Amino acid sequence: MSESNSIFHHARYVVAENPVTGLAFALFILIALCALIGPYIVPHDPLASDTMATLHAPSLHHWFGTDQLGRDIFSRVIVATRLDFIIAITSVALVFALGGLAGISAGFFLGWTDRIVGRVSDTIMAFPLFVLAMGIVAALGNTVTNIVIATAIINFPLYVRVARAEANVRREAGFVMAARLSGNGEFRILLTHILPNIMPIMMVQISLTMGYAILNAAGLSFIGLGVRPPTPEWGIMVAEGAANIISGEWWIALFPGAALMLAVFTFNLLGDGLRDLVDPQRRT
Amino acid sequence: MGSLLLKRMLLVIPNLIGVVIVTFFLTRALPGDPAAYFAGPAADKQAIEQIRVKLGLDKPLIVQFGRYVADLAHGNFGNSLSTGQPVLTEIKNRLPASTELTLFGLILSIAIAVPLGILGAVKQGSWIDHTCRVVATAGVSLPVFFTGLLLVYVFYYLLGWSPSPLGRLDAFTSAPPQITGFYLIDTLVTGKFETFRAALAQLLLPGITLAIFSLAPITRMTRASMLAVLASDFVRTARASGLDNKTVIITYAFRNAMLPVVTTLGMVFSFLLGANVLVEKVFAWPGIGSYAVEALITSDFAPVQGFVLTMAILYVVLNLIIDILYGVIDPRVRLKG
Repeated sequence: MSESNSIFHHARYVVAENPVTGLAFALFILIALCALIGPYIVPHDPLASDTMATLHAPSLHHWFGTDQLGRDIFSRVIVATRLDFIIAITSVALVFALGGLAGISAGFFLGWTDRIVGRVSDTIMAFPLFVLAMGIVAALGNTVTNIVIATAIINFPLYVRVARAEANVRREAGFVMAARLSGNGEFRILLTHILPNIMPIMMVQISLTMGYAILNAAGLSFIGLGVRPPTPEWGIMVAEGAANIISGEWWIALFPGAALMLAVFTFNLLGDGLRDLVDPQRRT
Repeated sequence: MGSLLLKRMLLVIPNLIGVVIVTFFLTRALPGDPAAYFAGPAADKQAIEQIRVKLGLDKPLIVQFGRYVADLAHGNFGNSLSTGQPVLTEIKNRLPASTELTLFGLILSIAIAVPLGILGAVKQGSWIDHTCRVVATAGVSLPVFFTGLLLVYVFYYLLGWSPSPLGRLDAFTSAPPQITGFYLIDTLVTGKFETFRAALAQLLLPGITLAIFSLAPITRMTRASMLAVLASDFVRTARASGLDNKTVIITYAFRNAMLPVVTTLGMVFSFLLGANVLVEKVFAWPGIGSYAVEALITSDFAPVQGFVLTMAILYVVLNLIIDILYGVIDPRVRLKG
């Protein structure tokens, strides 16, 4: 049986074993679809205001109702998927590259590299993470790019910890020795032998932190950082609907909040599912 | 125990140094020229130059850092641009509101999560165990500001049980005399039970919001640690010796299972202090979080910096307390010292 075929079989086995993981995959595909083609299929323009239809409750015409400016909330929620998705993916990719590399170098080379990387991680961990993210965005400037950077920075210690531990146990492994004996340089071993081996575990880490990245970014935009109105984004949409909650217009904040919750929930479930997939103990 | 305590206290120092360095660089990373920024938009070249000298920005970075540390040591966090007030005074006035809210949420959360986790482990596979797992998965997916708004909608708008979500007291009640700054304690000490009730009513919803948020990690940790302890040799020995279930679970298993839970509290605090900012914004709570959020919107950097620094110091101190608590609970740690 070919390698990819066996992975597919194993994936099917895991999904059959735990139907929740199957559900998570389905939800993930739905979210990814919304991010990809959402802006082309929504029934209304997410930015078009309509003074004749402000604060309408959900109806057949406006599935999720309309906000203070008469904008269609359903369209805004769907269109926002792309931005939230991009923020989460880029920040996770960034921290994967930086934290992952720093972590495996620390675990492989030990010594000074390890000490410096460890000190940087410790310093980040000395802050309550969301508070540090606020400080970073405030200092670097109030833009979406800086939200991505701040989210990456506060996730840095997590990636370092996982990558360091995984690289460290493989440091003296047989295949590393063999590679060294056949004349490979240390950096080459790090990139072509250690890195591919810890990839599966890092993938689980990515999926587990995606949810946290989305929550963090939405939290920052909820307090008015990063994304500017009228751009549709889940966090800022909840903030826009917050004032209307006390006068009973629940739909403005509820739908974007529920979308946010669903996305985070999906990524968390997916992370658990992926962990089952790569966990050697379940590969029987 | 004494020397261990001292050793642990010394470990705080590198952490604090790291925190101060990071906050220093956060100011220096401000986009554009900090002097022009602090001088305001109307300033001319000469005024900017004056500000630069006044702030010491013409000096080398290391001198600036020394000055910054000296300022901090004197309790000078700078002045807010928009109000002109010293940041430290403002933070001091607002800190009790934030602390009261955070602690209230945490205590509420522990009061629910620990028994839930224990029951989940003892009665594995029962409906309590399933509740446990649902709480743990759902809890980490809930955006805290969203939970807060949902609670406001249900308990203020629909049911009308709770007062309007604006601040620590409603408009008709005056604040109690300041003793600890915690309204719940101050009102009880001075015997103002009406005010106590009003303050509790205001605190309940934001407190529950924070509690729901921190429920997940504490429940999960309690359950996991309780399961591990229940499977250990000494619990089996205790059972084999004929001790009744209650003694085994409470005296033997529970006390040992609490150790990893106390350690988790450090991480829980990191999340709680962050979530606090969002909850304060939702409930117009006059704490340091909403102070920082207001300052962020007007690009007033000194309060934000003061806020980040205060939160970080608070977090370092909390972690220290947790470690000391760990020593108090676990005699083995004490013996080693």
